[in-house]
Amino acid sequence: MSEIMHPLRMKYTREHVKKTTNCPGCGNGIIVQAILRAIDELGMDMDEFAFVSGIGCSAWIPSPLFNADTLHTTHGRPIAFATGVKLGKPELNVVVASGDGDLAAIGGNHLIHAARRNIGITVILVNNGIYAMTGGQTAPTTPRGVNTTTNPYGTLESVFDISSLVLAAGAPFVARWTTYHPRQITSSLKKAFTSRGFSFIEIISQCPVQYGKVTKSGSALDLLKHYKKDSIKIDKARTMDPESLKGKIVVGEFVNEQKPELSAEWTELKARVMEGRS
Amino acid sequence: MSSKTTGNVMAGTHFLMGNIACAEGAIAAGCNFAAGYPITPATEIINHLAKKLPLHGGIFLQTEDEISAISSIVGASWSGCKVLTATSGPGISLMQENIGFAVATETPLVIIDVQRLGPSTGVPSIGLAGDIVQVARGSHGDYQIIALCPDGPQEMFDLTVRAFNLSEKYRVPVFLMAEGFIGHMRERVVIPDASELSLVARTIQRGAGGPMQRQDFLDAAVAPMPVFGNGLKSHVTSSCHDEHGMRNLSDPEIMHKFITKPIEKIMRHRDDIIQVEKNYKDCDIVLVAYGSVSRSAKAAAELARADGLKVGIFRFITCWPFPGEEIREMAESVKHMIVLENNCGQLFPYIKAEAAHACRVDFIGPQTLGQIHDPEYVLSRLKEMVR
Repeated sequence: MSEIMHPLRMKYTREHVKKTTNCPGCGNGIIVQAILRAIDELGMDMDEFAFVSGIGCSAWIPSPLFNADTLHTTHGRPIAFATGVKLGKPELNVVVASGDGDLAAIGGNHLIHAARRNIGITVILVNNGIYAMTGGQTAPTTPRGVNTTTNPYGTLESVFDISSLVLAAGAPFVARWTTYHPRQITSSLKKAFTSRGFSFIEIISQCPVQYGKVTKSGSALDLLKHYKKDSIKIDKARTMDPESLKGKIVVGEFVNEQKPELSAEWTELKARVMEGRS
Repeated sequence: MSSKTTGNVMAGTHFLMGNIACAEGAIAAGCNFAAGYPITPATEIINHLAKKLPLHGGIFLQTEDEISAISSIVGASWSGCKVLTATSGPGISLMQENIGFAVATETPLVIIDVQRLGPSTGVPSIGLAGDIVQVARGSHGDYQIIALCPDGPQEMFDLTVRAFNLSEKYRVPVFLMAEGFIGHMRERVVIPDASELSLVARTIQRGAGGPMQRQDFLDAAVAPMPVFGNGLKSHVTSSCHDEHGMRNLSDPEIMHKFITKPIEKIMRHRDDIIQVEKNYKDCDIVLVAYGSVSRSAKAAAELARADGLKVGIFRFITCWPFPGEEIREMAESVKHMIVLENNCGQLFPYIKAEAAHACRVDFIGPQTLGQIHDPEYVLSRLKEMVR
């Protein structure tokens, strides 16, 4: 069968991993490809990376598939684990891939503090707007008013605008795309993997099996068509009033700037105080 | 007071607070990454590490909470660092889930618990050995842990070094169970020269190929650690996994090994891990204690002997794995054990289970919880019991 195997599969994934935990129509496959394409186009080696994930469907993007160091952690904590990995070995390219429930609900505190600290890791937050692995419960990203398993009469709470949150916390690189934008995701990931600071990429992704079914918003194709129709680039969105942005997904790179990165700052600090000591 | 610092070791004779002795022990043991969140009565440890670690090329990270502290030291351990966090009971409660992660993934790390009066927020500055059982059984699931109980500032240094050595040797989390009294006590501490300190570093996996060609986990003889950044393409998960580290939730044999091998790894080496102090030869009665109370137990035993009573002492230096064999052996040779604990009797049931078949076993708590046992009070209670 190897003749029909995807070239990225041969080059970057563990040979013995032959199954996926993803449902048919899941957006994770698009994101797997975007990550591996970015690494491939940059000519980087998997040995330069450590991938860290938490709990939930999107945590299965790198683990156990990617043929690199992979650390599959507890619910909500991958950024905290990744911070230790990065400070322990600053030369590693440390990448967190996990979901909105993992990183913005139970792990929200670690997310904002990692952005504030500017620890040089890349965080790929897959936002499918629901707790999918446990069967369609409300997430802090579930739109107000839709019916879910835990809000069968409609959700009453507002959603987190996660990219804005991370931006406000001080992250020097923030981008948001949907799974309708695989090339743009790859392009932003290439910037993230080669930048020094905390880089954050939110990917709005379709979950036809839980989100689509439970909230009655349709199939994978329906959700992708919605992403296509309702995505607005950030430059254009900045010229629009809040009323006309209702129901739209603002996509693009929200910020890309240079700030002092924590592990590099530590390396400099250690050199400075050790010299002072001797 | 003489002092000379060679490498990381502040050799010499010092007058030190227990918490400072602990931090110096960590530095002497080669700790190069520590993370923590301020909490009374453990804060002096992180304050001291924050000041001293960078001078020795290490990092202290103040995290947003204790969950982040334990998670980041696990991450740094996988990057090859010797790691530590220091906290008190409330912090341990928050860390418990990821202490289980460290157990399941065989991650070497050291946790200092300077215990305070609880439950809950309790009394921050008063020492009470209330976490003795929670560190052994507080994370969910079935596992075995190593925990050491210092009796003063000297052992805050010595046992911190030992905690690092045991964690590196067996690829496990190790607890140092101080109490507020021990953490804040100031006494003479003798720190040996670097050349006299015996330090252990983990064995790092050097095997070629990927994880499927190696045994990275579940070896009762301790598998070499596949540290990140060495091209090993390691896979680490706390979900049930096989000896390669690969998740498996369907094979009962693998589930069995996932739980039993890490336990066996500790129990097979219990003679190397367990240390007790015993002095009960020709005695009818033994005072059994650990931590701060063991000092009162020794004083009470002396008073009792001056009164002509044959009273000995037994002190846990290692409390987990539980020194059951040592307790059984003692039960066969004495008539009466009196357990003294700085709590309402947390290890008492474990001691009774090993001893009650062969001798009488009683318990004396502090006269007032939060106060150190008064040796005169222990003696008067002892006399009532043997009357």
